[in-house]
Amino acid sequence: MVTARTGESTGTIASAREVAETVTDPELPMLTLADLGVLREVTETADGVTVSITPTYTGCPAMDTMRDDLVHALQRAGFEDVEVRTVLHPPWSTDWITERGRRRLAEAGIAPPGPAPQRGAGPVPVQLLPPRRQVSCPHCGAVDTEAVSEFGPTACKALRRCPACAEPFEHVKEI
Amino acid sequence: MAFDNAYEALADAHDDARWAFGTGFEDPLSGVDTTVPSGVDGDDLARYCLMLGDDALVLSHRLQEWCTRAPELEDEVAIANIGLDLLGQARLLLARAGKADGSGRGEDHYAYFRGEHEFRNVRLAEREHADFAQLVAVVLVLTTWRLAVFQRLRTSADPVLAAIAQKGVNELTYHRDYAAQWVVRLGDGTETSHATMVAAFDDVWPLVAELFETHDVERRLPGVAADPAEVRGEFDDVLAQVLSAATLETPQVRAKAGVAGGKGRDGRHTEAMGYLLAELQSVARAHPEATW
Repeated sequence: MVTARTGESTGTIASAREVAETVTDPELPMLTLADLGVLREVTETADGVTVSITPTYTGCPAMDTMRDDLVHALQRAGFEDVEVRTVLHPPWSTDWITERGRRRLAEAGIAPPGPAPQRGAGPVPVQLLPPRRQVSCPHCGAVDTEAVSEFGPTACKALRRCPACAEPFEHVKEI
Repeated sequence: MAFDNAYEALADAHDDARWAFGTGFEDPLSGVDTTVPSGVDGDDLARYCLMLGDDALVLSHRLQEWCTRAPELEDEVAIANIGLDLLGQARLLLARAGKADGSGRGEDHYAYFRGEHEFRNVRLAEREHADFAQLVAVVLVLTTWRLAVFQRLRTSADPVLAAIAQKGVNELTYHRDYAAQWVVRLGDGTETSHATMVAAFDDVWPLVAELFETHDVERRLPGVAADPAEVRGEFDDVLAQVLSAATLETPQVRAKAGVAGGKGRDGRHTEAMGYLLAELQSVARAHPEATW
């Protein structure tokens, strides 16, 4: 059911989902929230639009900006009543990043994540050495790169460097 | 848009597009079903959420104190990231407490307007870090404990707590590995770094036993809370593995006694806690009507 809409919408009317899917991540602007896998659900009813998003990391301060950007984008498209809900379950994992999202990360010089670790019921083993991961350099494509730190400029990224081209780069770490 | 003064303009939540992170969205559990499961006492659930939330909030504050003081830029960033993750866990848990006890109080109320005796964190979380070795010792101990507890909470009868825990497990795994790797580097490093790491564990160890003492609140929440006594074996295994790789031994020191039988979970804290809260709460208390 499509709600009565006001505002700037002209010509082809985009659905609320189409509008929400255009909103990009504030820290990774090459990715839409849909590509990042945090946009869970968009529903249109007579009362308005409800958008459900899930946080990447619990403390990620970009969540508030994402909510704000979604409300503004939908309001600009003529949806007046917009509610953004948080969904905590199932938790976000880097496996939710789409193939297109991974391509765009690599094009922007950020190494996309590999498969997220699978955890069984038992205790999580402790890693006493920096993990050996196969992360190719997004600049020169070299396969052997080194971990600098598992923590980077945003909660979701690790720092690495490439001995072949001597460039540092960011890696969306598997979670 | 007219405002009487600049402060009013800053606090205005209606024109929020101007602010990166001050958007007027205040409830981290917005839209989450926070109904208390039937048969569960809401007040006890709230108390339990405060225990776990306060551990994270207070340790996060101690980690934030390292901003601009870490030995290397990479560690500066790592410590800030761990503090941010823990702060995120604290926000969800404090917000969960306000929904569970029916008071509707928000996270800020619990963080800024409770007195020291109302905080339920273990005393190890409030311990000051005299040096980097103490920091990694505290983070190793607390994240090993928390990871084991959160793993059990993934199947908690409270679905909100279960969801927070499931997310937290993934984050805590990175935190624990960071601390473990530093303990190995320092313990198995030079004579000086080894001695510093030994001293750090001797310093924090009297506060370790408290982590595994089952509290009445936890006893009253079977199926909802995790019994910390049950994670002692798993904790000991991880610590033994890390300490052995670091050429360190488990400290042989006596547990720190409580005050009149009370410890951190009862709101009885060490002297360090008052100073920590003074810094954490002073701005909010000086300007109780402020929004940000």
